[in-house]
Amino acid sequence: MSITASHTSVLASLLGELASGELEIVDLTHTLTPDFPVMVLPPEFGQCQPFRIEEVSRYDGRGPAWYWNNLFMSEHAGTHFDAPAHWVSGRNLPFSTIDELPFERLVGPVVVLDFSAESAADEDFLVTRAHLEAWEAENGTIEAGAWVILRTDWSKHLGSDTYLNLREDGAHSPGPTADAVAFLVEERDIVGFGTETIGTDAGQGSHLTPPYPAHTILHGNGRYGLQCLANVDRLPTRGAVLFAAPLKIRQGSGSPLRVFAIAPSRKKEGQNG
Amino acid sequence: MSVPIERPPRKDPQRVTRPPELPPTERSRASLALSAAAARGGFSMQVCDACGAVAYPPRDACAHCLGRSLRFRPVDDGGEVLAETSVQTSPNLYFRERTPWRIGIVRLDSGPSVVAHLHGDVTVPSRIRMILRLDTGGNGVLMALPAGRESENMADDPQMRELVADPKYRRVLVTNGRTEVGQAVATALSRAGAETVFVGVAEPWKPFAGQEALAALPGIAMVPLDLTDTDSVKSLAGQIGGKTDILVNTADHARPGGLMADGAAVTMRDTFDVNVFGLQRLAQHFGAGMRARGADGTNSAVAFVDVLPVYALASTPDYALYAASAAARHSVLQALRTELLAGGVRVMSIFTGPIEDEWHQAVAPPKVQPARIAKAVVAALREGREESFVGDIAEDIAARYRDDPKVLERELRV
Amino acid sequence: MAKYGSPRRGYRDVAVAVPVSIPYERYSIETAHWWIARALEKLVEGAGIESGDIDGLSIASFTLAPDTAVGLTQHFGLSPRWLDNIPMGGASGVVALRRAARAVEAGDASIVACIGGDANQVDSFRRLLSSFSRFAQDASYPYGYGGPNGSFALITDYYMRQYGVKREDFGRICIAQRENALTYPNAVMKKPLDMETYMAARPVADPIHLFDCVMPCAGAEGFMVTTPDIARDLGLAHANLLSTIERHNAFPDDPIQVRGGWAMDVDELYAVAGLGSDSIDVLETYDDYPVIVMMQFEDLGFCAKGEGAEFVRQHDLTNTGSFPHNTSGGQLSAGQAGAAGGHLGLVEAIRQITGRSLSRQVPDARTALVSGFGMINYDRGLCSGAAILQGEGA
Repeated sequence: MSITASHTSVLASLLGELASGELEIVDLTHTLTPDFPVMVLPPEFGQCQPFRIEEVSRYDGRGPAWYWNNLFMSEHAGTHFDAPAHWVSGRNLPFSTIDELPFERLVGPVVVLDFSAESAADEDFLVTRAHLEAWEAENGTIEAGAWVILRTDWSKHLGSDTYLNLREDGAHSPGPTADAVAFLVEERDIVGFGTETIGTDAGQGSHLTPPYPAHTILHGNGRYGLQCLANVDRLPTRGAVLFAAPLKIRQGSGSPLRVFAIAPSRKKEGQNG
Repeated sequence: MSVPIERPPRKDPQRVTRPPELPPTERSRASLALSAAAARGGFSMQVCDACGAVAYPPRDACAHCLGRSLRFRPVDDGGEVLAETSVQTSPNLYFRERTPWRIGIVRLDSGPSVVAHLHGDVTVPSRIRMILRLDTGGNGVLMALPAGRESENMADDPQMRELVADPKYRRVLVTNGRTEVGQAVATALSRAGAETVFVGVAEPWKPFAGQEALAALPGIAMVPLDLTDTDSVKSLAGQIGGKTDILVNTADHARPGGLMADGAAVTMRDTFDVNVFGLQRLAQHFGAGMRARGADGTNSAVAFVDVLPVYALASTPDYALYAASAAARHSVLQALRTELLAGGVRVMSIFTGPIEDEWHQAVAPPKVQPARIAKAVVAALREGREESFVGDIAEDIAARYRDDPKVLERELRV
Repeated sequence: MAKYGSPRRGYRDVAVAVPVSIPYERYSIETAHWWIARALEKLVEGAGIESGDIDGLSIASFTLAPDTAVGLTQHFGLSPRWLDNIPMGGASGVVALRRAARAVEAGDASIVACIGGDANQVDSFRRLLSSFSRFAQDASYPYGYGGPNGSFALITDYYMRQYGVKREDFGRICIAQRENALTYPNAVMKKPLDMETYMAARPVADPIHLFDCVMPCAGAEGFMVTTPDIARDLGLAHANLLSTIERHNAFPDDPIQVRGGWAMDVDELYAVAGLGSDSIDVLETYDDYPVIVMMQFEDLGFCAKGEGAEFVRQHDLTNTGSFPHNTSGGQLSAGQAGAAGGHLGLVEAIRQITGRSLSRQVPDARTALVSGFGMINYDRGLCSGAAILQGEGA
């Protein structure tokens, strides 16, 4: 295997621009904490184990020179990745579990759809196909093979009741409609869809048709989901590259991950104009 | 008439907390049976199977007929106090800190003369009513109360208060306010004179029924507490561990299902995480502080109470995993009882039958109303009772358990 | 007399001699073995014999554990042909005497040394209490842990209520004994006691106050039991044993103790001795608390039940008084050296009726009654005993 000069120069210039501040790395991951909410399902269903941590030793009698913890959590705790096998619609697809994902699809361009204003105005805001078409009219067509992240600024609610926004009739948070997801998958051929909320679907997504349209359509077509993303407001609309590499869990349905993007530095952008 | 105790002042930060000492704890095996009777409540003495004589102190052979079959049975609790003294000096550190200590000799109507603690309202000579209670060392002791009606503030008698875990002026933590049981217990303790009732709420971002009514009660303080999260338990203990005098664990994860059901391992883990590990986390993070404060004045730490299903004693097929967690919980409580003993802190088990709640909808009545559990918790504290059985089913199972656990195991299969 | 009993037989040919007292110490680092050895040494010296001549040994001690009298034989290099261990506290002196007397009469032993002795290290008393008896452990100590003070306080309270006794009545006993003690060089208490001081003392367990209690000490007491022939051969002043009684757990149905076992057997005590209570010149009662002294006055026939207080008011209990009682001060003023306390009165009686008293000699003392009482197993003393002795040629 040989490394060509051009490859070398791309990586070298990447490192150079990261070093110079032309590019920055945006961490899209929340810290895993025990009080990070997880998906709420009717109690008679199996429940998603929230993140839990137990100290094993901390330079003490249990381990004089070392500190470490045991972790317990669901595959779907904190900022996490949904593989196609997560949903019944994706159960028969090849390469649908988290250990089999084609690695090249985990790094790719990311398009940010900013619906933060609409989400602030309406907690149950639903992104429709019409919204996407309007967005494209302004921002250009979403390119095939891209990751699409729905910006709602919902991550800023983390730590308050609004994040889950749970009432007697369920959670209330923005998300896509079925026609919007179908548009992104079937007509734009995106790789995956990410949100700042607890799921790729709206809080009231179980009442849409089909129920949980994002999960159903994305995973039924072998696409991926990213949830509980942070710092989405630090990404440009276009031009960033997403790195989303989950843990390699045998036959896993998803995984917490450290997800980040390399993006043009906002400071530089600001200076430029 | 007893003088009412005063509301304790805030703790003086310059004073060393009085270390907990215990009254003498050594007992013969026969006397341990007296302690067991006290743990269960009621007034029992050893009765000779052969001649019916009531024996005291507990012994291995009847002084009337040398019969060796002596069993604790409920007997007449009346008697007459003949003599009294107030012990002013004692080589025992526990009593030395608490002198003068009033004792008397009582001739029980059932026969024996006994040395007993005397309630301050008892005059000598007079008719008395004898009660059997656990002392802070966990052993059964006798105390004479005036015969007839209870007078006001009787529970405030300092010697009486040593034998029970009265919530008056004490600060209580009820671990789960999300359920009706937790809310009923918190309400009852507030009404029973608790100074503050901290009510734990897990996942506070999830609203729950009864939240507003609970928060509106006097002396109620909602606190974040998730028993499945070590950090949460530790954090709360860091805040209120030094002023938790009574801890009532009302957290309970009840799910139907057997060992071979789909997802049994996940259900079992979830169940154990709340019911067993949760108890351990509470014990670890609140226990040491309570144990150290076992003699800390009027609002000393006194009791760690757990509300658990009676299926701790024998499994029930419909709730096999839940029953397994209850059995583990029972064992944890036994261990905790020993670990907290050094502080004189009591561990009380409130065994309930199926509760009238959403997780027992498919269970046939009779079921236990949350208010009944709350009443039992307060009664257990006021009587210092170690084991209480709430509801007809719990009492039935307890009776069958005492009779023959292996038969009960079979009876519960049906 | 017992239902199936054979008649009591009096004593023939039993001499009691060589009273020895090892001066008490409030606290001492020495062991019971040490104190008992000292008493034995003094007894051997006083008898003019060698330790190997002791062929019978009777030991009473609370603080010998893990040893008993058996261990002491090897420890002291003795090879007795008769051995006794008396776990009866305040009754141990009388009980040791009556057993040794029968051994000597039967020829099972010729020279029996009876020793009561105990250590008192700083923590001894507390540790002794904690292992005293099962019933006390189970049903007495958990109630205030007053020890004997608590138990006797209850007995005293009831006795006072029942018979209209006042604290001053007990005070008379304690004050007279203190006066006697001031003439006894070994007494621990050296200061006179008056009624005002007695009444003003701090309460220990109401109605018991400080001067109603003995002071626990280390020390030993002992005496020799032999035949009059041997005593004469050795040139020992001695007393003859006339009569004894012993009783345990008397009157178990009394709801609270108002009498001891003496009341069951006192008639036989005098009958076998062939004399009455009016012939007693010196009375040595067991006096861990004054209430029990008063009960002994009653139960030993010096007055009727309930008249103890009046008896005390009518008599001068000092060595020169109308009723010489506890002539070396008793345990209340001489101190209580554990099981030695059960021997103190007996040792003093031997001295008084052989005319060799260390305390003020009671004039013309010839006949003495010694009583013992011990072992608050739960709520009352279980063991009681008494003996009548007469000075040989006194």
